[in-house]
Amino acid sequence: MKHNAKNITNEEFFYGHKACGGCGESLAVRLAMKVLGERTFAALPAGCMSAVSFIYPNMAFTNNAIITPFASTGAVASGIAAGLKALGIDAPTVGFAGDGGTADIGLQALSGAIDRNDDIIYICNDNEAYMNTGIQKSGLTPYGTKTTTSPAGKNLPGSITMKKNMFEIVAAHDIAYAATASVGYLEDFMAKVQKAKDTKGTSYIHVFAPCPTGWGHESNVTIDLAKQAVDSGLWYLAEYENGEFKLNRNPKEFASVEDYLKVQSRFKHLKEHDIEIIKAHRDKKWEKMRKYWL
Amino acid sequence: MKKFICGNDAVAEGVRLSKPHVISAYPITPQTIAVERLSEMVEDGSLKAEYMHVESEHSALAAAMGVSSVGARAFTATSSQGLLYMAECLPYASGARMPIVMMNANRALATPWNIYGDQMDSMFLLNSGWIQVYVEDAQEALDMMIQAYKIAEHDEVLAPVMVNLDGFVLTHTYELVDIPTHESVDAFLPPINMTKQVMRVEDPKSLCISAGNDFNFEFKIKQEKDLQASRKIINEVDKEFGEAFGRFYNGLIDTYMCDDAEVILVTTGSVTGTARIVVDKLRAENKKVGVLKLRYLRPFPSDEIRDVVKSCSRIGVVDKNISFGYEGTIYTNVNSSLLSMEKAPESINFIGGLGGRDITKNDLEDAFNKLLSQESIEKVHYMNVRCEL
Repeated sequence: MKHNAKNITNEEFFYGHKACGGCGESLAVRLAMKVLGERTFAALPAGCMSAVSFIYPNMAFTNNAIITPFASTGAVASGIAAGLKALGIDAPTVGFAGDGGTADIGLQALSGAIDRNDDIIYICNDNEAYMNTGIQKSGLTPYGTKTTTSPAGKNLPGSITMKKNMFEIVAAHDIAYAATASVGYLEDFMAKVQKAKDTKGTSYIHVFAPCPTGWGHESNVTIDLAKQAVDSGLWYLAEYENGEFKLNRNPKEFASVEDYLKVQSRFKHLKEHDIEIIKAHRDKKWEKMRKYWL
Repeated sequence: MKKFICGNDAVAEGVRLSKPHVISAYPITPQTIAVERLSEMVEDGSLKAEYMHVESEHSALAAAMGVSSVGARAFTATSSQGLLYMAECLPYASGARMPIVMMNANRALATPWNIYGDQMDSMFLLNSGWIQVYVEDAQEALDMMIQAYKIAEHDEVLAPVMVNLDGFVLTHTYELVDIPTHESVDAFLPPINMTKQVMRVEDPKSLCISAGNDFNFEFKIKQEKDLQASRKIINEVDKEFGEAFGRFYNGLIDTYMCDDAEVILVTTGSVTGTARIVVDKLRAENKKVGVLKLRYLRPFPSDEIRDVVKSCSRIGVVDKNISFGYEGTIYTNVNSSLLSMEKAPESINFIGGLGGRDITKNDLEDAFNKLLSQESIEKVHYMNVRCEL
């Protein structure tokens, strides 16, 4: 079944939380839970999603959910799955972690889980910085991003690293299923969550999710920006399945990078030269994807 | 059935009899043999458990937390650097009231690097909310694995238990160990049945929640009250174990020749065996000496200590650790117990055994004789030191 706005359940499993208006990440969690259903066990490390939804005595998840140590999304989710298996209970286990919680501090535990091919779904909500602690640079913060630990000034353009390639790092484990997604393309995202749910073994979805507070944009343009990121080629929709990469969306022409960058205060300072670096990096990536993933 | 096995083997046998659902394992000397044996038991089918090859100690305990959160029985094991690497997860698990059982092979902490036994590692985690028990021999190690689950999972306790074995001296020393039957252990230790703090499909829960300054304190007080109250359960479980298996460990502490003792040496773990032999020798010389073995350091057996030492003139406290800038950690804890006594004995700290240095019979005899002497003596002594520093 293809999930869409018409047929998706009205039931809410992630409701009454305290996320900011326009939060892309909470939308991803909400819709993923609608696909995964009420039997799901969710594991969330330190980060915005756990901070806004487990505040005693107000719990936002109606399904089973647990906060894990920051580094331990993969390990706790694996432990849950192992415990359920030993008890003879068939129910999905999902980990929801942010970009820092996945690509930095949680990478080792995630790698262990994929190596064991534990039957878990791991969803990385990528908003490109440590937002919960107040917008610090992570391993998934792209080049030229102004954060509170990568200031833009006379000497530096903000972040000077490009962005770890988590999707391919995960695929290099020969994972059962991996995909990239964006909250700008929600039907695609929900279809991938369904695929992950149906996968036996570890699956990984990397969903691009704008953050109005951290990116400095209006809260009503979250979805537009998540679309633009894909359309401009700065993000991409792809899958890794049966040992093969597949590019899901291959725009004939890229939408304007400048239009994407200019509405976000984190990129306001960028000079032409910096934008050229960003575009060159994009083009190199797409050249490879178009050559090998189509 | 009796078997000639080492302490690590005994732990594995005790775990097999306790039937955990999941074992999360990461190797570290001198614990490794325990998780090797368990992997063999899972392979040969004598232990029906999921065996998780985790990629670190941090994940070993985190995975055990996942297991425990759905109401399954979890086991893991570690030592030294590994214990400290997983340290973040210890208060996490105890705060979440998860009845995980973990073996810790007591080993020195780097630097200098050293794989041999002392108690610097577990002392670091004394404040982590875990019940800490220290065993004297391989038999006690096996028996405590079984008791540990019963204590941890008790509805009024719900606290994780760390069973400590002296690295090498216990983990790698072979002894004759009685292995109970599955039937007798099944009768003593029922399957885990968690009713609180557990995620179930039919009754969803949020676990490991946040509580701000409005409620956090109350959660912590509740945790503290339950850990204090666990003394009662610990003693009951030990008594019940003794009745079932014929081996009584006397609960929170054990004593040897303490009834009329003028001086007592307070010990933990394997050094107790050496101390018993020294007591026999000195008793033959009509010296009134005894040994008080602290089996548990959390909850701390203050009442029991006061009761045993009440007629002593002096006591010595053996520490295989240093709290740098102060003194041995057990010494500090024992001294605070003595404060409420009307007439407390003088207490002296004997620090030794660091990095696997032997604590010999001569060292302990010397300690007893110092305590028996009428002379005033320094508060802190280092035993068996090679050179002046």
